[in-house]
Amino acid sequence: MVIYLKNIFTDAGNVTRFTARFFKEIIRPPFEIKEFIRQCYTIGYKSLPLVGITGFIMGLVMTIQTRPTLAQFGAESWLPGMVALSLIREITPVITALICAGKIASGIGAELGSMKVTEQIDAMEVSAINPYKYLVVTRILATTLMVPLLVIFADGIGILGGYIGINIHSDVNLYRYFSQVLASLAFLDIVPPTIKTFFFGFFIGLIGCYKGFNAANGTESVGKAANSAVVAASLAIFIIDMLAVQITDLFF
Amino acid sequence: MIQEEPNIQIPNNTENSVPDITIKGLYKSFGENNPILQGVNLTVKKGENLVILGKSGSGKSITIKCLVRLVEADKGEIFVFDTDINTLGNSQLNAIRARIGFLFQNSALYDSMTVRENLSFPLKRHSKQLTTDEVDAAITEVLESVGLADAIDKMPSELSGGMRKRIGLARTLILKPEIMLYDEPTTGLDTITSREISELILAIQKKNKTTSIIITHDMACAKLTGDRIVILKDGVIDAEGTYEELEKSSDEWVRSFFI
Ligand SMILES: Nc1ncnc2c1ncn2[C@@H]1O[C@H](COP(=O)(O)OP(=O)(O)OP(=O)(O)O)[C@@H](O)[C@H]1O
Ligand SMILES: [Mg+2]
Repeated sequence: MVIYLKNIFTDAGNVTRFTARFFKEIIRPPFEIKEFIRQCYTIGYKSLPLVGITGFIMGLVMTIQTRPTLAQFGAESWLPGMVALSLIREITPVITALICAGKIASGIGAELGSMKVTEQIDAMEVSAINPYKYLVVTRILATTLMVPLLVIFADGIGILGGYIGINIHSDVNLYRYFSQVLASLAFLDIVPPTIKTFFFGFFIGLIGCYKGFNAANGTESVGKAANSAVVAASLAIFIIDMLAVQITDLFF
Repeated sequence: MIQEEPNIQIPNNTENSVPDITIKGLYKSFGENNPILQGVNLTVKKGENLVILGKSGSGKSITIKCLVRLVEADKGEIFVFDTDINTLGNSQLNAIRARIGFLFQNSALYDSMTVRENLSFPLKRHSKQLTTDEVDAAITEVLESVGLADAIDKMPSELSGGMRKRIGLARTLILKPEIMLYDEPTTGLDTITSREISELILAIQKKNKTTSIIITHDMACAKLTGDRIVILKDGVIDAEGTYEELEKSSDEWVRSFFI
């Protein structure tokens, strides 16, 4: 028990130091612009299909599932607005972030973990290249920037999915559908959830990098790094989500 | 009067007797009851090839990792180019590291980069003023010197173990290091390739006047490349001498390396 507690505190300390180093290195030149762009491409662009498909399905399924309830009250005309609200405020950010945790955090954890195990990170260090700057800063920045963009993309596709879902049973034209969606959205529905996604992205990158960078020696620790990155990142997403909702609730 | 001390005792390739590397009382342990190094003392003179022998797990790799502070020593002084590296800040440490080449036991090539990028990656960062043509020329030159000019656009995963070793060597050589640290440069290679690599190490010593530490289990390599040999045992340097001296040592354990 004592050892368990001690481990938790050591871990917390290490993560804090790792995070502090990020903010220290990010402001200090040289900047690894090229690697950052490459990471944006692999993290953002390469995730588009996956995020798009899940976004579409979420929109479609949400519409089909919500319709009967609304129909009971004769409020079917609220359907577009309601679906858009729940998608944008909660479902798309969290589901997309979880998908990114599965794809990106594990990818980063495995990649950096195997670089650590095969001494590639050591090799950078001895050739006087700062591996933290080159590998970690660029990846965390890329996830922080790309996850929000992916969420916005998924929002759009999800609302489109909702349109198709509605047209299974009734006939609404696209223009009318979108004007209903837009009419139901206010500032509060868009900005706080978007801010939240930056934190999702930051922690997905941070946790993936931390787990990979601190992988122990030996090949089996690569798998462990990838696995624990997904678990920790998913948990972090839910915790951030809870905090974000509380804070929004408190201030608005 | 000047002639009183004739310049006789210059052994092999040793330029002069200024030590490039001095290790004094180096201690390192992993956990409380797992001491690895227990007071290693070592000097390597400028231009000298020092071979370190020792059983697997005796701490040879740890010793040279302490030398570039990849591993922090528990205790002990390490002087490289007359600087105590344990007192250096990050930027000064990097300035020293840039003058040292480190060949890793498993080559440690960057998996996600082609051979060309593996080589240009460190070079571009250290000599920012180089043009693309100059970088390309440097890459071609160093690849030719390790005999792998045609592998330039391959990925590391497409290379054999021996080729990876040589690319790893090329990657360190491209920065023209003054000190080379070789961690088992010939392990896992056939006799012929091993000899080629050993000869390459000798050629590098001659051409660039590098100071080298060579960790090896390969006695042919030790014999060919080593100006001096030390044996690591129980965390200290147990024996020291030339190949011929140690081969005839009175200590049976030392002799057992040479059978
Ligand atoms: N990060 C580490 N954590 C714990 N123990 C370690 C670590 N690195 C090395 N060791 C231990 O230190 C000892 C010496 O390791 P080292 O890699 O220096 O051996 P070596 O002499 O190079 O052996 P080999 O010839 O097999 O490469 C080993 O017993 C190893 O278990
Ligand atoms: Mg070793």
